[in-house]
Amino acid sequence: MSARTVLDAQDIERAIVRISHEIVESNQGTENLLILGIPTRGVFLANRIAASIAKNYPEFDTVNSVGKLDVTMFRDDLSSRPGKQVTATSIPTTSLENKTVVLVDDVLFSGRTVRAALDALVSHGRPKAVRLAVLVDRGHRELPIRADFVGKNLPTSFSERIYVKLTESDDEQSVVIEQ
Amino acid sequence: MRHLLSASDLSIESTLEILNLSLEMQDVNSRDVKKLPALNGRSVANLFFEDSTRTRFSFEIAAKRLSADVVNFTAKGSSVSKGESLKDTVLTLEAMGIEALVVRHHHSGAANTIANAAWSKAVVINAGDGTHQHPTQALTDALTIRQHLKGNKDLGDLRGVRILIVGDILHSRVARSNIDLLRTLGAHVSLAGPATLLPKTGEVLADAIYHNLDDALAMGFDVVMMLRMQMERMNSVFVPNANEYSALWGLSNQRFQSLKSSTLVMHPGPMNRGLEISSEAADSKQSVIVDQVRNGVAVRMAVLFKLLAQESSDK
Repeated sequence: MSARTVLDAQDIERAIVRISHEIVESNQGTENLLILGIPTRGVFLANRIAASIAKNYPEFDTVNSVGKLDVTMFRDDLSSRPGKQVTATSIPTTSLENKTVVLVDDVLFSGRTVRAALDALVSHGRPKAVRLAVLVDRGHRELPIRADFVGKNLPTSFSERIYVKLTESDDEQSVVIEQ
Repeated sequence: MRHLLSASDLSIESTLEILNLSLEMQDVNSRDVKKLPALNGRSVANLFFEDSTRTRFSFEIAAKRLSADVVNFTAKGSSVSKGESLKDTVLTLEAMGIEALVVRHHHSGAANTIANAAWSKAVVINAGDGTHQHPTQALTDALTIRQHLKGNKDLGDLRGVRILIVGDILHSRVARSNIDLLRTLGAHVSLAGPATLLPKTGEVLADAIYHNLDDALAMGFDVVMMLRMQMERMNSVFVPNANEYSALWGLSNQRFQSLKSSTLVMHPGPMNRGLEISSEAADSKQSVIVDQVRNGVAVRMAVLFKLLAQESSDK
């Protein structure tokens, strides 16, 4: 079992700042942006991206523009892999109309979580557009899904495992690949 | 946890997990699209050997909101009236691919019998068995109490809450399940009723027993839960007549007026208006009887989701 660190704490900070700039750039401003994290670590990343946007664009209202979207009940592997815990969904706006929703997750792998997230989102309403931001894209997609904003592309073999550690949930901050 | 048979089987952790999952389900029920794909392709049968309105409909709505396929079985109009046994009925449904059975039966222990039988593989949810248990009603009541006394966002237990259950405790599966679950959640549960309708083990079950309703109500409870007078489970030896019962043990308008304005009035339904509860009390602002029904759907969604999607389905 060999492990190597592919992103350290500072790399992660830089990736978050860059993604936040790219989101504002592609949205042509901060208007109607809604950033939704997918639990667990996607929520932490969403909060950090929002904080980073607010730093550069003081008009960005982080309280009403950040939320979390639990996708457990929309997964396609519920019967084959039971035991997933449901966490709270909180969407700060009453309507998704005219919103550009940016979904945030830590690792993009098969794409199935994102598919579940799209279904979960549609059950809340019809956003104007949905984008996807991930800290790490490790490949091996099983569905036609791609990310709009990527912290780091990491070509991996299928058997490798990726561990994202963030200060909010872990005692250190890094992205580690384990063989 | 593979089945839900009795409120006494629920630990404080699993109770809180179900109650908090129910809040997420309530969120779904308040949306325009009240549907989750979680149990898509799974089959649930409502197996009702005894009459029911709210339990049967709320289980049916709950399963449908989770996208499960639901079949409704009632003893009337089935082969049970030709003498088919419980075992053969269950085998028949399972042969058609039913994975979960929601069981209401007039005999205590019917749900346990199916759950523990070698001939059944189904997940069993007890929806009321005889005078024994009705765990989803207790979960519904606990959620209603928590929401009204502690707020919609509260995720904790009911420590310090004082609850009085009034009426026919002896025949009430609702009372039995509520006593188990509410005490698991840390609440103080007291009982009041005529001596003939209190279980002999009442002192063990509850924190206090009252033999006079006015004395009990003077204690200023946070919740007063009235039980239905179960005429169908009774012969005349238990109480002399309905009028006397109503006078001594009914929540009349006068008794209702004497309650603190913060005391919640509950009733699991169906109500005998004018017998155990007056219409003034049942329709008042302090009455949360309609909320009990509303919460029933969310709680049953949470139970179905937990048993069918979160727990391992091997027997």
